[in-house]
Amino acid sequence: MFKKFSPKDDVSGKSKVKSSVQRGIRSKILEQYPALNPYIEELMPKKDPLILVKCHDRLNVVMVNDQLLFFNHHDGPYFPTLQILHKFPDIMPQVQVDRGAIKFVLSGANIMCPGLTSKGARIDVDLPVDTPVAVLAEGKEHALALGELKMSTQDIKSINKGVGVELVHFINDGLWHAKIEA
Amino acid sequence: MSDTEDNAAAQEWPSTRVLTDIVYCGVCTLPVEYCEFAGTTTKCQKWLRNKDVALFAKTWPAVDLTEKMDDATLEEDSTLTKEQKKAEAKAAQEAKKKAAQRLIIKRVERTKRKCVIEVSGLELFGVDLKKAAKLFATKFACGSSVTKNPQGTDDIIVQGDVQDDIYDLVLDTWPQVPEEQIELTEGKKK
Ligand SMILES: [Zn+2]
Repeated sequence: MFKKFSPKDDVSGKSKVKSSVQRGIRSKILEQYPALNPYIEELMPKKDPLILVKCHDRLNVVMVNDQLLFFNHHDGPYFPTLQILHKFPDIMPQVQVDRGAIKFVLSGANIMCPGLTSKGARIDVDLPVDTPVAVLAEGKEHALALGELKMSTQDIKSINKGVGVELVHFINDGLWHAKIEA
Repeated sequence: MSDTEDNAAAQEWPSTRVLTDIVYCGVCTLPVEYCEFAGTTTKCQKWLRNKDVALFAKTWPAVDLTEKMDDATLEEDSTLTKEQKKAEAKAAQEAKKKAAQRLIIKRVERTKRKCVIEVSGLELFGVDLKKAAKLFATKFACGSSVTKNPQGTDDIIVQGDVQDDIYDLVLDTWPQVPEEQIELTEGKKK
């Protein structure tokens, strides 16, 4: 989604949202990431304006105090930016790719099932299709990407063919490097 | 999550670690454990070695301590895979190309007492020439325009003896133009 993202070309507008909208976004994020409850006031202080950065193809990025925090696409679920996920690594379920898959992920490719089921890979929880997941890697501590399950984890293991995780955001993509001024 | 929204739910929030000491590479921006995939391995290693030796040792266990103290040896590092070397060569070539870009600010005498300044190469640094010409005009209260030079590229011609002022303004306005890549020259009218 952000492979070729550049704020210069892809941001169509920025607006400070009304406080009612701000509350709505905040509660939606907490509903999805309840572990953030103790930290939300630090991340998105109520008194600080929330800027919605509107990008092409109905992509919205939530920015507070010049920091990009979350984004969603077509009014779908919110994803944290990887900087936020790194800071709060346990807020969402994880899958792990094997070492061989890392370079493909870092070039923006979707993750194929074998990269999620091989020896170095790990899926510890049962998750339904469409779940947003953090993508970890064999031998690494921090997430390298975020994605959305294209099959349930059960199917990934049993079918073991085709795209298992659609890549949404990865370290080194356009969003990772984006600096947007309010 | 809890099925009630009362205060008891507060204790049932799932918890998360809060990591605040992740080291991001000053060269490739990635968490340092991913530097090996960045295509700038040698530079990343140098950066980390200067920043945090312990973390360096943890991140690059195969690079031995004597080697990593010596830049020349590091360049030849045999722990780099073929792919890393290839990516590095490519990055190095691009960096070289970038470093070769020159912004030339040339003072050209028109008559004994009048001269103009030709600024060429500013576009190589991603600067909009029209906007730059306008900026020069307002800053120095003189004529300034974009014109095609005989080579077919665009120069900015500034009417006035403001070579040094342009040099200073360029450095202040466009930090992406490194000082060592600006040349000040003098020439005769073409
Ligand atoms: Zn690096």
